[in-house]
Amino acid sequence: MKNINFCMLVITTMLSTSIMAEQVNLYSARKEALIKPLLDKFTQQTGITVNLVTGKADNLITRLKSEGKYSPADLLLTTDVGRLYRAKEQGLTQAISVSPAIAALPNNFRDEQGHWLGLSLRARPMMVSVDRVNTQTIANVEDLISPEWKGRVCIRSSSNIYNQSMVAALIAQLGESAAQEWVNGLVNNFARPPQGGDRDQIKAVAAGLCDVAIANTYYLAGMLSSEDKTTQQQAKKVKVIWPNQAGRGTHINISGVALAKSAPNKDAALKLIDFLLSNESQLWYATTNHEYPILANIAWSDLLESFGTFKTEQVPLGQLGELNAAAVKMMDRAGWK
Amino acid sequence: MKFINWLYSWFNPWFVSITLGCIILAAPVGLVFVSVFFPQTEIWQHLYSTVLSDYIVNSLLLAFGVGFLVILIGTVLAWCIARYEFAGRKQLQWLILLPMAMPAYIIAYTYTGLLDFAGPLQTLLRDTFHWQYGDYYFPDIRSLPGAIIMLSLVLYPYVYMLARTAFSEQPASLEEVSRSLGISPSKHLFKVVLPLARPAILMGAALAMMEAFADYGTVQYFGLSTFTTGIFRTWFGLGNGIAAAQLAAMLTSFVVLLLILEYLSRRKVSYYFQGQKTNQVNRQKLSGRKAFWVPFLCVIPVFFGFMLPVLQLLKWASMTYSKQLTSEFWLLLWNSFYLAAIAAITAVILALIFAYGKRLNPIKPIQILVGVVNLGYAVPGTVIAIGAMISLSWLDIKLNTLTENWFDVSVGLIFSGSLFALILVYSSRFLAVAMHNIDTGLSRVKPSMDDASRSLGYKPLQVLRVIHVPLMKTSVLSALLLVFVDVLKELPATLILRPFNFNTLAVRAFELASDERLMDAALPALAIVSVGILPVILLTLLMDKPSQQSSQVN
Repeated sequence: MKNINFCMLVITTMLSTSIMAEQVNLYSARKEALIKPLLDKFTQQTGITVNLVTGKADNLITRLKSEGKYSPADLLLTTDVGRLYRAKEQGLTQAISVSPAIAALPNNFRDEQGHWLGLSLRARPMMVSVDRVNTQTIANVEDLISPEWKGRVCIRSSSNIYNQSMVAALIAQLGESAAQEWVNGLVNNFARPPQGGDRDQIKAVAAGLCDVAIANTYYLAGMLSSEDKTTQQQAKKVKVIWPNQAGRGTHINISGVALAKSAPNKDAALKLIDFLLSNESQLWYATTNHEYPILANIAWSDLLESFGTFKTEQVPLGQLGELNAAAVKMMDRAGWK
Repeated sequence: MKFINWLYSWFNPWFVSITLGCIILAAPVGLVFVSVFFPQTEIWQHLYSTVLSDYIVNSLLLAFGVGFLVILIGTVLAWCIARYEFAGRKQLQWLILLPMAMPAYIIAYTYTGLLDFAGPLQTLLRDTFHWQYGDYYFPDIRSLPGAIIMLSLVLYPYVYMLARTAFSEQPASLEEVSRSLGISPSKHLFKVVLPLARPAILMGAALAMMEAFADYGTVQYFGLSTFTTGIFRTWFGLGNGIAAAQLAAMLTSFVVLLLILEYLSRRKVSYYFQGQKTNQVNRQKLSGRKAFWVPFLCVIPVFFGFMLPVLQLLKWASMTYSKQLTSEFWLLLWNSFYLAAIAAITAVILALIFAYGKRLNPIKPIQILVGVVNLGYAVPGTVIAIGAMISLSWLDIKLNTLTENWFDVSVGLIFSGSLFALILVYSSRFLAVAMHNIDTGLSRVKPSMDDASRSLGYKPLQVLRVIHVPLMKTSVLSALLLVFVDVLKELPATLILRPFNFNTLAVRAFELASDERLMDAALPALAIVSVGILPVILLTLLMDKPSQQSSQVN
């Protein structure tokens, strides 16, 4: 009985809030700490309440799907393009009407039918030991499979989406067999079985366990700006190498947003998308979490500047989602844990 | 007449309500098994030729490794506390339970921070001896043995609690008989005490092993290929939900085997409370060397399972608390607390009804039904949560269609979009914990008591209220507290099913940790531990109360 009363209470509060003010409902795979401050600003500026549920992208997609046309969600935020593609593929999204802010986006960061778009950019370069690696000897990710790097490479598990997208991008650009060869070669050169997150790979290079790691730049930036002295010192022992600058460019991914097919608050949702693309928000991404802004005219944080500029891969981002399963199978075959 | 009796024995209100309850609770687990009817040949060929053997071997090693270690640690500690009197025993008996409040994934984070190649300990070693990588051997924490130790450190209290109750409930008369027959104390231990306590010890181990099978946080962080990590990889990485559910069904089948083994080992022994007092075993006062060694031995698991990780967390939290300690933090604390409380009460009420129903109708179908619901504990939280989400959303959609057709309003997602979904999943997942405790309590109440009170005109529910619950107060309370602590720590289901703008401490700690911000995660992690400590202390007070006992062995 207690429970029923309690549920009724929850429902009535939910219903009453829905009648009260203009609002927008967000399913976000971006962690609360990395999105909430922006949402609070949005509410201050517009008076629109933002309701937030965070979680893993795939779970949120499953939730969206099972709720069907009664889903309260307006927007889906993800930290990787593969998941945006997956939501679109399952018919859970609709086209976002193009505002001036959206029109300013480079084509590669927007879905062809306009179902999703990027909000920030992440790069996944190589990071080498300052003491032990001559930076002249390494220029491309292909170098990592040569015998001289045997037992010197650190990278996290293949269960991680960033690695899956990276391999998917390789398949898209080099074809299945060349990509498989690279994956096999990389696994051969692992210093240890994959474990931990991106920061752990950087720490392992700093400690001398391996000489090169592949990791996202904002992890390194986060370590460099950590309160903890040890973490800072570890981060200072590695240097970013932008791979394949003379060729196809460095692997990138986006964090982005899709508009839910059954969005009950479409207008408010579009306002929020515009807000997330505004200079103010883009600057926040670049300074708080050290992600690259998706718009070219936004200043980078000093830390990002210190890593230098780079040429990016030009592979259509939608393909990364398409080739995700193929990438996982490839890594399974290579014995990449 | 016979026919009517037969009909009643099957279709009485108890049976019907239990069946309904079971079906609702088992629906999420059941959905997992439905997947078996949709063969996924191509994916399975891929899994079979690449990773499947890893999943099976690692999961089994993990679960049995944990089972072995928790039996070892839990039984030794239980024996020391139940049978010896020494300095510090009073404090130790509740300290020993503290690791229960520690989520396994959090202990894994802290130890990794401490023992990793780049962590303070190894760095110190290298700086002291001028070693380089490869110059020395240091065990790798992020490995299968590492995961076994992490999980065992926080799961041994399951065995300890049950074993301790079993040890202290054995009447002194047993020992007197042994002594009068000239049997040595060690022989008495192995021939009488341990066999009598065996069902309790194995039950504790089975619970711990189920946890180990379902653990995701630790194995994922350590990068181990087990069933749970495989389920997610198959589902999200390979994009095949059905094959993932089939893997989950396979995992659950392992647990069924485990439970059958546990049941078979328990079947042979049954003993009952009389409800009268007899002499309890007097604790032996320790002196000399033993008086030092026994407390020292008891402190070791507490130190590694609780004190050391908490110190590390405190150190991290001291660096970051100013950022994390906002007004919203207290709301998180409150959310976690009341959610766990509601779930615990719900699960215990359900467990009482099921256990009592089983007692009233000891027929196979009911036992099987209740057994199925108990499986929830071993299915990874995420899988149950998705099962619940799919079934509740379906219900919501049907309901909305109905109200739209009849009243022209849609009522929104009443079941799947509210805390109802979470409470259902928690009940489904943690019912096993409550059932184990309550079953044990109930099975010790002599059936003749039921007969006596029924013959005095009491109705079944009155018997439960007036006779059983008072007699097994300890079991009911420990069930409540165990579920409470479990829900407090629960992560995957909470993450998936929570409504808008609702967070818990576990969610917060996980979000920060999975973003590789371990230091920021320290404060919410400490808060989970602090809220979890309260029931643990209560539990100890309960366990130390001399309960009414006497037993007879059949």
